[in-house]
Amino acid sequence: MRHIAALLVVALLAAVVVFFAISPAHGWWLPAGASSIAHPIDALFDGILVVIAAGFVLVMALLSWAVWRGARSQPGRARTTHGHLGLELAWTASIGAVLVGIAFAQLPTWAALRDPRAMPEGGATAMVVAHQWAWRFAHAGDDGKLGTEDDLETASELVVPAGEPVLLTLRSRDVIHSFFVPELRIKQDVVPGRAISLWFTIERPGTYELVCAELCGFGHYAMAGRVRAVARTEYDAWIAERSRARLTNGAEDAR
Amino acid sequence: MSTGAPRRGFLRTWIFSVDHKVIGLQYLVASATMLLFGGLLAMAIRWQLAWPWTEMPIVGQLVFGDVGRVISPAAYTALFTMHGTAMVFFAVLPLLTGAFGNYLVPLLVGAPDMAFPRLNAASFWIFLGAMGLFLAGFFVEGGAAESGWTAYPPLATLPSAAPGSGAGQTLWLLAIVVLGVSSILNSLNAVVTVVKMRAPGMTWMRLPLTVWGLLVAAALQLAALPVLTAGGVLQLSDRWIGTAFYTPAGLLVNSVAPEVAGAGGSPLLWQHLFWFYSHPAVYVMVLPAMGFVSDILSVHSRKPVFGYKPMVWAMSSIAGLGLMVWGHHMFTSGLGFEMGRAFMLSTMLIALPSAVKTFNWIATIWGGRIRLTAAMCFALGFVALFVIGGLSGLWLAATPVDVYLHDTYLVVAHFHYIVFGGTVLAVFGALHHWLPKMTGRALSETLGRWHFLGTFVGLNCVFLPMHQLGIAGMIRRTADPSVYQLYEHLAPLNRFVTWSAFALAAWQLLFVVNVLWSLRSGTRVGRNPWEATTLEWEAPSPPGHGNFDRDLVIDCGPYEYGDAAGARDFRPQARSRS
Repeated sequence: MRHIAALLVVALLAAVVVFFAISPAHGWWLPAGASSIAHPIDALFDGILVVIAAGFVLVMALLSWAVWRGARSQPGRARTTHGHLGLELAWTASIGAVLVGIAFAQLPTWAALRDPRAMPEGGATAMVVAHQWAWRFAHAGDDGKLGTEDDLETASELVVPAGEPVLLTLRSRDVIHSFFVPELRIKQDVVPGRAISLWFTIERPGTYELVCAELCGFGHYAMAGRVRAVARTEYDAWIAERSRARLTNGAEDAR
Repeated sequence: MSTGAPRRGFLRTWIFSVDHKVIGLQYLVASATMLLFGGLLAMAIRWQLAWPWTEMPIVGQLVFGDVGRVISPAAYTALFTMHGTAMVFFAVLPLLTGAFGNYLVPLLVGAPDMAFPRLNAASFWIFLGAMGLFLAGFFVEGGAAESGWTAYPPLATLPSAAPGSGAGQTLWLLAIVVLGVSSILNSLNAVVTVVKMRAPGMTWMRLPLTVWGLLVAAALQLAALPVLTAGGVLQLSDRWIGTAFYTPAGLLVNSVAPEVAGAGGSPLLWQHLFWFYSHPAVYVMVLPAMGFVSDILSVHSRKPVFGYKPMVWAMSSIAGLGLMVWGHHMFTSGLGFEMGRAFMLSTMLIALPSAVKTFNWIATIWGGRIRLTAAMCFALGFVALFVIGGLSGLWLAATPVDVYLHDTYLVVAHFHYIVFGGTVLAVFGALHHWLPKMTGRALSETLGRWHFLGTFVGLNCVFLPMHQLGIAGMIRRTADPSVYQLYEHLAPLNRFVTWSAFALAAWQLLFVVNVLWSLRSGTRVGRNPWEATTLEWEAPSPPGHGNFDRDLVIDCGPYEYGDAAGARDFRPQARSRS
């Protein structure tokens, strides 16, 4: 019996360690980060993973050892101990220190993500409008400003310049949605009645899937979009080309 | 019938009783039924995630015959909404506070009944009413509620935003409000019973940790549940009389302005009110379980609980801090930078008492004379899996990492390790430990241990891979992960989880068989089959009306085991007044 019980804990330990070890090779892990904020976030994730792994191995080792030793048939009774103040203080203080460490380690990253003082200047690059169940985007046109007549509208695909800060304004027409781009490590709920600012810098040009992460009705699962990051020159060319097309084609361009 | 109460008919004994033990058993049967029901809903959810939009054998035709035999997107949304609600509100919470709270609190403090027996019966009947309202949602036009167990407005409040946001959502809200009333009455009863009805000599520091867990949970319910109940009433009035607490102005649903009279409300207000209760609810779902496990570990390793007072302090501080961490559900809601920082700090703090308790549990069994009963196996399983759920919480407490992981399957893995791996295993342990007291008959230890083995392996196979799914970015509440290329390579993992879930569910039959067998032909147990110290073991099995057949005087703490306990290796809390 005790063999099985102690082995079960050891088996859990081994299974978890092995499964986590093989996961990255199968892609069952963080997708490659493509934004500047992805580096510190992934570093935090890895750092906390080390703490988790250490805590897990320690507790499982103690638990299996305690079961293994305690469940054998042994003469006499257990010693009546009601506790040990020193031990209590020791583990409370050490766990507390680790938690405080994690709390402080993440502060700069949180500030980079959300501190309004870190918001890029010069106005928003694009406006995101979410509704059941699609994404619409308005890009600042030739004048570089949003909310003017030359805004360029697209559906499903947001185009942004790579390698520089991008500022978005998020709005919803109906229910709560959430703007989630896994490869950028960015997620922000889009709350009706509010205009929420979101900023990031995409390092690698490419197309990244945009996922709606907040339940928004039965079409929630299919509310997919894309974020396409292109080099600055290409971005300017795209704006210029779309502006010309808009002048010739009128407003029907907003597909 | 120790107190010589007159024999009564079946209805008076089992249905309209005011005896806390009968009411406890009524809660047990009702919430176990909901646990089974919620589990079946989970099976349908898993089917859809493994093989989206395909017909389930047999079930597809029976249940989804009118929608092309497959789970429609709307039906899927209702499935997970009702699964979450059934499990949290109608299975796990009433199992702990209703079933065990009612049955154990008077017995463990040495009282003949709860402080207010009639109020107690009223709580149960109000609970049944809430259950009826909840289940009625499946049978109304538009189907059951579809806005998740969190019911975020405006999705929940605008009938044009989802089919289930019509009558289904109204019934859902009514069920939650009525349930709130029931739980508040029940918690009040438990608190008053512990404060006023303790037997002579049962000082606060002699209460078993099971009582502390149930007491702290009840106090937490009293502090937080009125907020959700009031919030539910506000959402009802948004729907019924055109207030707009949660609805902002200028909405367009399907390009049409929804028919709401008022405007100018805030969807975030609901999130605050909802999580102000529903995060503490997580602790209500785990504190009593921590109490059960502390008691079971001590009894079955023949050693006192290590650090009784630190355990009491830990539970109390979990409850206190538990009221201050609700904002960590809103890190991505637009809560603001400073608020995010504040809630991150309080969330980090609340990890401390839980972690401390883990080390106290290990120290409790350390050097013990462990008896690996089925109850003990489940309690040890609780410790192992609660640790996993607690540790993954560290990622979620760190705000920048939570921004990525929020609403992914990592969160699903995290809370299922706490509630299933933790609380449900503790409940199985508690049933093995206390069911003989309730029925007078033993469960099969062999069957119990096999049930534990399969459940332990199965639930790790189900919930461990969900960590990887979430780390890979797969969102929860999605009906079809294959929509995104990012999730394509996760399909094998999803199918593995589904197969494991089916096996895990089927394995639970062992427990049902064990209980039924025990009721019919289990060995009759005496008063104290586990050689335990606490007061319930002084009463006959099962205890009669009034519980105890002799006056009790308590002259020591609940955990006097081991070499200093006296003639035997345990010293009962009660001395007969002779």
